[in-house]
Amino acid sequence: MAAEPVLAVDDLRVTIATRRGPARVVNGVSWAVAPGETLAVVGESGSGKSVSVLSLLGLVPRPPATVTGRATFQGQDLVALPEEALRKVRGPGIAMVFQDPMTSLNPVLTVGRQLTEGMEVHLGLDRRAATERAAELLDLVGIPSPRERLASYPHHLSGGMRQRVMIAVALSCEPAVLIADEATTALDVTIQAQIVELIAELQRELGMAVVWITHDLGVVAGIADRVAVMYAGRIVEEGAVDDLYADPRHPYTRGLLASLPVLGDRARGGEGRHPADLAVIPGLPPDPVHLPPGCPFHPRCPVRADERCATEEPPLRPVPGARGPAPHRVATFYDLPPEDRR
Amino acid sequence: MTALDDTPAGPAEAGQVAAPDEAVGARGLLRALLRNRLAAAALVVLAIFVVVAVLGERLAPYGRNEVSSADKLRAPSLEHPFGTDQLGRDVLSRVLIGAEPSLRVGLVAVGIALVAGVVLGLVAGYYRGLVDDVVMRCMDVLFAFPAILLAIAVMAIRGRGATNAMIAIGVVYTPIFARVTRASVLTVREQVFVRAARSIGAGDLRIMTRHVLPNVAAPIIVQTSISLAFAILAEAALSFIGLGTQPPEPSWGRMLADGRGFIQDAWWMAVFPGLAIFAVVLSFNVTGDALRDALDPRQRSAIESAAGRG
Amino acid sequence: MTRYLLRRVGQSVVVLFGVSVAVFSIIHLVPGDPVRLALGTRFDQRTYDALVARAGLDDPVLVQYVNWLGNALTGDLGVSFRSGRPVTELILERLPATLSLAFGAIVVALLIAVPLGLVSALRPRSAVDYVATFVSQAGISIPDFWLAIVAILVFSLTLGWLPSSGYVGLTEDPVEWARHLVLPAVVVGTVSGAVLTRFVRSSALEALGEDYTRTARAKGLPRRVVIGRHVLRNALVPVVTVTGIQLAYLLSGVVIVEVVFAWQGLGQLALQAVETRDYPLLQGAVLLFAVFFLVVNLVVDLLYAVVDPRISR
Repeated sequence: MAAEPVLAVDDLRVTIATRRGPARVVNGVSWAVAPGETLAVVGESGSGKSVSVLSLLGLVPRPPATVTGRATFQGQDLVALPEEALRKVRGPGIAMVFQDPMTSLNPVLTVGRQLTEGMEVHLGLDRRAATERAAELLDLVGIPSPRERLASYPHHLSGGMRQRVMIAVALSCEPAVLIADEATTALDVTIQAQIVELIAELQRELGMAVVWITHDLGVVAGIADRVAVMYAGRIVEEGAVDDLYADPRHPYTRGLLASLPVLGDRARGGEGRHPADLAVIPGLPPDPVHLPPGCPFHPRCPVRADERCATEEPPLRPVPGARGPAPHRVATFYDLPPEDRR
Repeated sequence: MTALDDTPAGPAEAGQVAAPDEAVGARGLLRALLRNRLAAAALVVLAIFVVVAVLGERLAPYGRNEVSSADKLRAPSLEHPFGTDQLGRDVLSRVLIGAEPSLRVGLVAVGIALVAGVVLGLVAGYYRGLVDDVVMRCMDVLFAFPAILLAIAVMAIRGRGATNAMIAIGVVYTPIFARVTRASVLTVREQVFVRAARSIGAGDLRIMTRHVLPNVAAPIIVQTSISLAFAILAEAALSFIGLGTQPPEPSWGRMLADGRGFIQDAWWMAVFPGLAIFAVVLSFNVTGDALRDALDPRQRSAIESAAGRG
Repeated sequence: MTRYLLRRVGQSVVVLFGVSVAVFSIIHLVPGDPVRLALGTRFDQRTYDALVARAGLDDPVLVQYVNWLGNALTGDLGVSFRSGRPVTELILERLPATLSLAFGAIVVALLIAVPLGLVSALRPRSAVDYVATFVSQAGISIPDFWLAIVAILVFSLTLGWLPSSGYVGLTEDPVEWARHLVLPAVVVGTVSGAVLTRFVRSSALEALGEDYTRTARAKGLPRRVVIGRHVLRNALVPVVTVTGIQLAYLLSGVVIVEVVFAWQGLGQLALQAVETRDYPLLQGAVLLFAVFFLVVNLVVDLLYAVVDPRISR
């Protein structure tokens, strides 16, 4: 990417103290995202993808968590920033949309109130002006008769509508970065596609950077510029979306892609998935308290083409022939032969 | 999924066939309680009071009604660590001897409530339908009266004395046991092992006692500990107003009532029996809480105890 | 909402009916002749006949019940065996004292429970939390009448700050009313507050862990707004129920604390009725308490529906 990144994460590590010992949830993650760009961070639940972004905003309680590394946003290091300064970043700087719109909205406050409170705090608007803008925002995210909806409570709305409200809340202070954390996972497939499309559209209009956190490669295929695949708190493969989909180099990425129905269709919405037909990677992600030595994926890996897999951690390196500002990189000791994807 | 929390799976795990209480066991439960330092301390306090209640008279430095008219209203001293009362009786001895009646009334009362409530709750929850409605509405009616007042009303009918106090307090706490039991029975009765027992033709009584009861034991045990706390408070209250344990038998509530009249001149007369009540009740409450944590972290029978307070 | 409301009201009516039968039975469960027992040494045939006739004790039981219930519904709870005055009148006289104490105590309880429970929940497993948990555990375990005696000893007899006993009407002398109210309200409120603290703590902990709290933090709201507007509002929803139950209990007269403070309330009246075997008075008081309890519970449930819009769908 030619543009200067708006948010750059460097060697982020998160460890959470548990009764069984420290859980190493995020283990040295680096990525960057530029204005107008969409980065997708993909991985199974438990891969550390949500914790990594939550920890950037101080939303993982410390203690029990400890966070190290750097996260540069508008010249500040978010990891080192005191809570009060970080609070001012949340909302106007970096905003989030969460997974479950049923529980992410406060049940005892009206939609209007939940929209206006952030604007009152960050933009210094009075109640009237904030309410005015709240109605505009609801209109922007495609909610019919927005003015009446301001007085609704979340339980009056459908799941898709609630997620639109969540997006309106996130956009209310015009963030430079929008983080969508499994923002479509709890929704029906058709609604998923609408929400994905809505965020893409708003991004074009508002020029913000978007980070999609998802376990579903299919959701982001059509909209992401770049993809980073996470496993056990590490990035195991990253690259431009086309490179990565056309020529996945990590056995884990291949497994994830194999578990998708026909690529491309789902991003545009329509087809439901048929779980019974899909290949699933056998086994479970490792316990972050007892990470295996070597490549964290090796106990589940169908390839294991190098004896170092079980003893050394493979570094993230460019795949042969990778070019450009966002080269295709993979964390393996070997190069898999190209896979026939069609 | 890798959980960050290593709590063992709860006993109510669906599809489980064995009676889960056997997996925990009394020994494991005791271990769990002793790990909790506060609960361990509470158990020690309770053990001491039980020993005191059993040995009572033999531990006391003076007799229960040993009067020394020269030593009336003496402040605490080496000779009388808790002082003496208006008749010159040793307060320490009376607090020690008073443990027995105070604990006995509470224990028997909870025993009555436990048996009656568990039977009613078991029957209501197991048979459902009309039986359930009738039994539980009756429990609602009893529950509608404030605890101490219901006890007073029962005593107004039956008369004063420790025996009637046991019955009165037993009646007051029956609905709580019925509710707790019924609620647990409802969740258990549809589980695999109950249906399995029914399918091989086991009789209702057998299913209830062998299969259902052991699996609803946890919340009942917790409720028993909490109820013991409140029953001992209730006994003290009834004795305080002269309805419970009758003089000359020393009971803590009765001693408090005596002490109240001399509060300005002899604070020790009211303070020490009150501390004894407080220590026992607190210990039962702490134990109940720890039992709840150990047996079933999700159970919220605190609602019952909140309503039962008084 | 309407269906829920009707069902709740219906349930309460059924229980109320049961309560009326239970209360009515009191006088018939007493072994022996209740009127003779009540009169005791003051016995004379004319008073005896008058009381029996007034209470309708010669009628068949069913007729007695129907008459008694009918009268009770119109506010006539019979005549006191002891004083010969209408029970309703005796009860109404005591109502202001009981109301003062109940509301005074609930205010104290909430003043203790909300901050303590919240602080405790905000720092779970910290020293503050352990102390708060233990204090509330201790508060639940303290015999309230003993606490009353100790409070009188310290604040009244030793320090001389406050009067030790008695009730002064609000309209007679507001200052003295307040001075007399402080000790009983603090004693009773401490115990209720201990019960409430645990509920505030657990429901605040629950609210703190909810997704909407994370959303509020992700919006960059100041901590006090997150806690006050998002956590506390949700946490107080279940607390309303328990506060209601506590209020019902307090309205029913805190019998023994009233005795200790010589507080001229309903609890003391009920106890006097027992001591003097004044059964109509006892019935009236007990009936009133049960009605209090049921009504408060009903109101609390309906309030719950208002505070938590999810229920009133």
